Amino acid sequence: MSEPVPEELLDVTVTVNDVPRHARVPARRLLSDFLRHDLGLTGTHVGCEHGVCGACTVLVDGAPVRACLMFAVSAQAHAVTTIEGLGTIDAMGPVQQAFTECHGLQCGFCTPGFVTTITAYLEENPDPTQDEAREAISGNLCRCTGYQNIVKSVLRAAEIKAAGS
Amino acid sequence: MKPAPFVHHAPRTVEEAVAVLGRVGHDGKVLAGGQSLIPILNMRLASPAHLVDINRVTGLDAVTVTDEVVRVGALVRHAGLEAHEGAYAASPLLRRALRHVAHPAIRNRGTTVGSIAHADAAGEMPAILALTGGVVEAVGPAGAREIPWHDFFLGALETSLEPDELAVAVRFPRLPAATGTAFAERARRHGDYAIAGAAASVAVADGVVTSARLSFVSVTEVPGVVDVTEAVQGQSPEGIDWSLCDDLIRDHLSPEADIHATAEYRTMLATRLAHLTLAEAASDSIASSAGGSAA
Repeated sequence: MSEPVPEELLDVTVTVNDVPRHARVPARRLLSDFLRHDLGLTGTHVGCEHGVCGACTVLVDGAPVRACLMFAVSAQAHAVTTIEGLGTIDAMGPVQQAFTECHGLQCGFCTPGFVTTITAYLEENPDPTQDEAREAISGNLCRCTGYQNIVKSVLRAAEIKAAGS
Repeated sequence: MKPAPFVHHAPRTVEEAVAVLGRVGHDGKVLAGGQSLIPILNMRLASPAHLVDINRVTGLDAVTVTDEVVRVGALVRHAGLEAHEGAYAASPLLRRALRHVAHPAIRNRGTTVGSIAHADAAGEMPAILALTGGVVEAVGPAGAREIPWHDFFLGALETSLEPDELAVAVRFPRLPAATGTAFAERARRHGDYAIAGAAASVAVADGVVTSARLSFVSVTEVPGVVDVTEAVQGQSPEGIDWSLCDDLIRDHLSPEADIHATAEYRTMLATRLAHLTLAEAASDSIASSAGGSAA
């Protein structure tokens, strides 16, 4: 075994929801913990911390990635979008609105990861079939609603988006 | 579920990366996409004192298609290779397999070269490197060297890369014209590790099979290839009995049992997937040669 390494602190600046955010963090700080602990953006939820559950999914330069499988230092000079950047309670984004209408969430733990994943998916695939919607969410786990209403939410979000554009 | 402390190195060139790797030796690990490495760090199955983060190294993010190969740089993400039309036209098997590599969010970050350097026989891309007869390009203190796939994969998660070497690219040779390919795997949930998977390449000429080869996922200890040509050579792919290959296939497999499947089930599944992909690859060969002669 090698000697324990003294904790080295790095200056990390990441553009989060269009705002440059800075913190001095150890190199081992995961992006998920950087968002939650250092920036106070607790909308990103941490489930399994090994890439399986999808709860911590955020958008990096518009593409969904697991925030628990990326170091904050690696997000330097990239643009991160979290659930906080996708709408507010008064002005919900299309995916959030669809989840509300279709009862797409119950406890809400997995929801931020679903909303980020589906937001990016609909940018590329604006009119998915039911099977495609199911496939699109295959990398995210939900343990309470089941997936029927989440699939409905994907299809409804596509409608809302189409109507709004 | 947090990684142990490490020193973060962010070299800008391959030479700098190799120099750092040389200094830190066995205490160092290369970080590219991190989609296999970071779970291991989070679970503290490994705690390297140094991470050599190559994400800022220039010149490693290109996909290059030539008449002979598809060359993939060490920073090409799975999603980038999957979407690359030139790579798909040159070697359709790449996209066919990449679609099974984990979930899109993982493919957006994970690199193809990284998954090959990780050398997990449950990974799709090591099997594809083997089936296409690919080569790993490595750079070390003494310069560059090329490692053919069969010299690269040594054991479970073990390769012939030295601690001070960086895999800068892999080359997937293009298969001869009119060679068809197919890929299939089965998992409990699409995107999870496969219970078993198979990739096939089949050549059909003058209405008969002239070559048939297979590579497997999750049922061998080390990525490899089994040539089943002798079992089916000279036969018409119409109504062929692919189970003639079964003895050769079973000799090649060494599946393990786990919570998801028994070894017997994996053998049965891998064999069935072999039949399926061989048939599909034969059809693909016929279709591509028909397309080729029409053009």
